[in-house]
Amino acid sequence: MTVPTPLSAFARRPALPQRRRLPSAVEAARWRPGLADAALHGEVFAPAGEASGAALALALALDRLRSAAPDPAADVPDERPWLWVQDAQALRLGGRPYRPGLPRALRHRLIHVAAASPEEALFALEEGLRCRDLAFVIGEMAGDPRALDFTATRRLSLMAERHGVPLWLVRLAARPGLSSARLRWQARAAPSLPGPWNPQAPGHPAWLAELFRARAHPPGEWILRDDGHVLAAGPAHPGDLVPPAGDRPLAAG
Amino acid sequence: MRAGEGEDAQPLALITETAHGPRLAAVNAAAFDAGARSGAMLADARALCPELAVRPHDPAGDLAFLEALALWAQRWGPWSALDPPDGLLVDVTGAAHLFGGEAALLDDALRRLAARGLAARAALAPTAGAAWALAHYGPEGAILHPGDSLDQLPVAALRLDPATTLVLRRLGLKRIGDLTGIARPALARRFRSARAPAANPLVRLDQLLGRVPEPVLPVRGVEVPLVQRRLMEPIRHRPLLDRVLADLCADMARLLEGLGQGGRRFELALWKVDGQVLRRQLELAAASRDAAHIAGLFGRKLDDLDAGFGIELARLSAPWCQPLPLSQADLEAAAEVRGTSLAACIDRLSVRLGPQAVRRPVPRASHIPERAQLWVPPLDLPAAGQEELAFHARPLKLLDRAEPIAVLYASPDGLPRRFRWRGAVHEVARAEGPERIAPEWWRERSTARLRDYYRIEDGEGRRYWIYRAGIAGDGRGGTPEWFLQGLCA
Repeated sequence: MTVPTPLSAFARRPALPQRRRLPSAVEAARWRPGLADAALHGEVFAPAGEASGAALALALALDRLRSAAPDPAADVPDERPWLWVQDAQALRLGGRPYRPGLPRALRHRLIHVAAASPEEALFALEEGLRCRDLAFVIGEMAGDPRALDFTATRRLSLMAERHGVPLWLVRLAARPGLSSARLRWQARAAPSLPGPWNPQAPGHPAWLAELFRARAHPPGEWILRDDGHVLAAGPAHPGDLVPPAGDRPLAAG
Repeated sequence: MRAGEGEDAQPLALITETAHGPRLAAVNAAAFDAGARSGAMLADARALCPELAVRPHDPAGDLAFLEALALWAQRWGPWSALDPPDGLLVDVTGAAHLFGGEAALLDDALRRLAARGLAARAALAPTAGAAWALAHYGPEGAILHPGDSLDQLPVAALRLDPATTLVLRRLGLKRIGDLTGIARPALARRFRSARAPAANPLVRLDQLLGRVPEPVLPVRGVEVPLVQRRLMEPIRHRPLLDRVLADLCADMARLLEGLGQGGRRFELALWKVDGQVLRRQLELAAASRDAAHIAGLFGRKLDDLDAGFGIELARLSAPWCQPLPLSQADLEAAAEVRGTSLAACIDRLSVRLGPQAVRRPVPRASHIPERAQLWVPPLDLPAAGQEELAFHARPLKLLDRAEPIAVLYASPDGLPRRFRWRGAVHEVARAEGPERIAPEWWRERSTARLRDYYRIEDGEGRRYWIYRAGIAGDGRGGTPEWFLQGLCA
């Protein structure tokens, strides 16, 4: 049962920003989609029983690829392959990439590495970062393996920055310990908007993403949606605004 | 073992397994005398000759042997060709005088083949067809001189297929001479629909007489690039072996560069003092002749080596090569210095993690989701295939094995309302389905059940792909079971 919002809640809201006002330094530094910054090593913490971690990492990678300035000298589109490294535990908990479900721009370029142990996964990640022909690298590791300590993440950061290959490391069911990752996200699935053709169906994926540690940005929390063309960020708790009910009964949430 | 001695003195036959039981593929002289014929069923042959011993027939091995023999036969002429299953063709045009004449050449060939334990018949003629006819149906060691006639040979000497031979025999045409006695238009009309040379006696006759050309495909020996080092002193320590390996790889790189080739597979063989051979094999993702790269990859495979009393000979060969032209270095030297190439990266990964660990998904023509993608080596060229359908929403990840879940749903085929997976209860907030995928009856057993797939989202926004296997009352099992197969983005 939805509790009706009291009118006083509207009174507490800050005034809408003026149109011509220049953004403050804090707002200018806030992370937003399409921001191709120098942070090449990101970490996404996600629960193990859902694909939101890998999906968000892919969405961030795609967002980076889309916003990258095209090379004026290149005569062919960027069709470099990308690497997805999974250790055995992540493979068991979260399954294997499925080509028909991958984003259309990426599905034919995937190279998948199934590592037997976290040590081998780290080796594969490092080799991938060292390769100049890869567009980006995604790693997926479950739990808090002993091999993945601060030194290992520092090696990965340095390698990514030396060779300019972005890395997103998805940590399934892990505690955020010490790490040198430049952007650290906590992600979980968020209810999607109704599907465009069928309001009863799940729509474009959405994730509740909290940026809890970043070098250049203040922390923040957003609902990120990827509709296949662009990554959009919305407020994390749109509590004041009830989405239109449409044909769906109100009790269904 | 010589012919007719030892084991060959007893009746012996080679058999192939056919749908109707074992059948004789070849028999030796003793078995032939006892009444066994190739092509007969083994049971029939056993009835005639109960003591018949059998061995399995190996056609692939025979063909490989024939290929090797064809290369060896190039000692008599510049090129040779296969005539499967048991023939060889050697072009000796202008080469007979090197052996002292044509008769001496045939003698030499028969003697050398006999010395190898091969029963052979040989003939020499101006055309391939005539030589074949004489070798199969002519006198021993026949040489066709200008003016000689082949009219007395049977029509089977024209290399016709059995059906055409049968037709000719029924027409009363038993010898090649009978064919030349008939007006050509009559024969052409009779066999006008037969395009294959083996079905058309006129084409074969023209080939026999050299009126039409008959191209044949010669065999060519490919030499495996090979480098080796004999060592003055047997080496027992790893640093020395690494040095030798680096030298071998440098030699191999130079050799391959001269050939314009790159190696895909390398084999390293190390002979120990006691005669034992240690072998290590390496397969690369793309053709390469980078000495440092190859040596580095081999280095990881040599960690468990037991040198014993020492290694005295090291040999590196490249049995699988691909063309790799010399290429100009990148204009910007920085691009080459920075990082490794993709092929090198994949080589390193697959040497350490195993070749099965590094793969790439490609689509496969199948409706069953887990069968619709195939894992292949990462740098293989993709096979041409149909683009997948755009209106199917598929999950981002697929579990290796669909996990059974307990589902509350409106029986018999309603939407799922609530399910339990891995100990947690999920309320279904949104669902789309069913998408019915029928079993592939041409591949699966008749008891395989259909699947109704649902794309669902639970109350917290987690999206899954679940299916119900079967439908109540389909006669293929009891109550339908539910499975969770995919995790959506």
